[in-house]
Amino acid sequence: MTNSIPEIENADCIFIIGSNTSVAHPLIAYRIYRAKEKGAKIIVADPRKIQVTMVADVHVRQKLGSDVALLNGMMNVIISKNLHDTSFIEERTEGFDKLEETLRNYPPERASEITGVSVEDIEKMAVMFASSDKSTILYAMGITQHSHGVDNVKSLANLSMLTGKIGKESCGVNPLRGQNNVQGACDMGGLPNVYPAYQTVIDENNRKKFEDVWNAQLSPKVGFTIMEMMHGLEDGSIKGMMVLGENPLGSDPDTRHVKHALQQAEFLAVIDIFLTDTAKIADVVFPGASFAEKDGTFSNTERNVLRIRKAIDPPGDARPDWQIICDISTRFGLPMSYESPKEIFDEIALVTPSYAGLSYERLESGGIPWPCPSRDHPGTPILHKERFTRGKGLFHALEYRPPEELADEEFPMLLTTGRFFPHYHTGTMTRNSPTLDNEMPEGHIEIHPYDARDLGLTSGEDIRIVSRRGEVITKAIVTDVVEPGTIFMSFHFMEANANELTNPALDPICKIPEYKVCAVRVEKISSPSETEFKAAANA
Amino acid sequence: MDLSYVRTTCPYCGCGCEFLLETFDGKITSTVPSKSNRMNQGKLCIKGWNVHEFVQSPKRLKKPLVKKDGVLQEVSWDEALDFTATRLQEIKTKDGGDSMAFLTSAKCSNEENYLFQKFCRVGFGTNNIDHCARL
Ligand code: SF4
Repeated sequence: MTNSIPEIENADCIFIIGSNTSVAHPLIAYRIYRAKEKGAKIIVADPRKIQVTMVADVHVRQKLGSDVALLNGMMNVIISKNLHDTSFIEERTEGFDKLEETLRNYPPERASEITGVSVEDIEKMAVMFASSDKSTILYAMGITQHSHGVDNVKSLANLSMLTGKIGKESCGVNPLRGQNNVQGACDMGGLPNVYPAYQTVIDENNRKKFEDVWNAQLSPKVGFTIMEMMHGLEDGSIKGMMVLGENPLGSDPDTRHVKHALQQAEFLAVIDIFLTDTAKIADVVFPGASFAEKDGTFSNTERNVLRIRKAIDPPGDARPDWQIICDISTRFGLPMSYESPKEIFDEIALVTPSYAGLSYERLESGGIPWPCPSRDHPGTPILHKERFTRGKGLFHALEYRPPEELADEEFPMLLTTGRFFPHYHTGTMTRNSPTLDNEMPEGHIEIHPYDARDLGLTSGEDIRIVSRRGEVITKAIVTDVVEPGTIFMSFHFMEANANELTNPALDPICKIPEYKVCAVRVEKISSPSETEFKAAANA
Repeated sequence: MDLSYVRTTCPYCGCGCEFLLETFDGKITSTVPSKSNRMNQGKLCIKGWNVHEFVQSPKRLKKPLVKKDGVLQEVSWDEALDFTATRLQEIKTKDGGDSMAFLTSAKCSNEENYLFQKFCRVGFGTNNIDHCARL
């Protein structure tokens, strides 16, 4: 996030797009409700009638994957009504002329045609956002999980810069990270192209610096992304894989393909706290420690570095994951002799400029947001205040591109995916929590009453959903939360997992798979024995 | 009787709520939201309130497992570590470091993520490391 979470409640306008905030980030939703109470205008762009739409001044249901057209339409209106911030554009940005030229192709009438949102609504959103004093954008996976996810994010940055709503309190472009430490995993260099603090591996100076500290020879070549690794396993260029606390078999699109890939591995090692589906097919599984059984730090979505502290011992012979990595590394012939997470953190501060001023001592009294370059630096709750990281903010002139897979005769409906309130990700944690499991013990899809009527379905009935990649059987709940022609499903439930169906088409730049749109067919199940057969096969 | 409260951070979503884990004789008995944390100010969501349940699930892994004759079997740490180190060495020698791939975790700590990428980059001379944030 460019700004901190508490600032949200002082915004005058909050634009929520592709984030089911009350489900995925409940305590951020709380800030939205508070802002509303203080008089803020709330704009929600989401194909589903999610809970935050109850407080929305405008809710639009754009067609799946049409976000760039919607945002371009809004920006066209902003420019034609002269609501853009000319002094901000002049002083802080470049590339405006090109953007303006592209935006001419997106009058609200055309944007309306592509998105299915009315011209009046597009105008209303545009004026509300641009003319409020402090306007902030909140977005999540509904924006990024597309084959054009990077375009979506850049379009949001365009909107924010065009109206000068960045680098100021209660403004900004704020991605809400779905998992507790996605931010930290990226900050620490858990990516194929960068070392800690996003220092690129292809830069010779960076490489030299890490070679010195680590006393090693490092590769100048960018590594494989997760989907490329899966292909590598299949074509034999990858032989072995180590997985730390993840369950790619549940969370990756096109599960069948991932399972096939993992089975090709000559060696698969997993470190986890549960026997996940991925662990089940591993050659070796190490029992790790949960967050409550070890010391360390997490970096939350507002870049706040927070301590976790050991409360109890790990069960049985389980060990903290950091210790397991040290043990494996040492036996492998690369001795790692860290005494404690604190010692590791001190090394992190040494090589990670944005964490350089942080220490366990300083974090004792509470989290500090990075960048924190020195011991006397208070941390940075608001990014880009005086300048952008690259100097001037660059506008990207972007054209709308349709999603990879559209509905057709054979697969006439669109499937989109997300979370349900009591569950999390592939369910390994929440489904092992009796209270949460009770709230929703089994999965279901949401289907609109019109579609249910056409198929002759009643709510609660089992149905079959088929895509080009696979099929699942699950319960149908008839509801107008979704629009006609669209169904919604989660990937919390391994026995009926949306990712059997989803499309692994990737964004060309950041390689995010297109989870949010794929074409499917919904079939009524004729005989009950078929359901039982499927249940047995999945057990 | 040993009662204590340990302040820590929620492992679920990216909000980063803090709470106190109440422990009684080595078991977590409840979760109490932190009031001093400016983020959650004494509040938690349903996942946070019940966070201690999954931690103490009977299904937690307690011993290392190694696949023998197609079945995962409980083994000692020594056996699991030696087996792993040998296999990793074999792959590195036979096929080179670029034939290994590492998936790190958005659920593990910064310290663990740091060590894991260091192990990958230094131990195998490859940058084949990614995580599930794209997901
Ligand atoms: S308590 Fe709920 S809102 Fe807070 S971090 Fe945990 S999951 Fe997120």
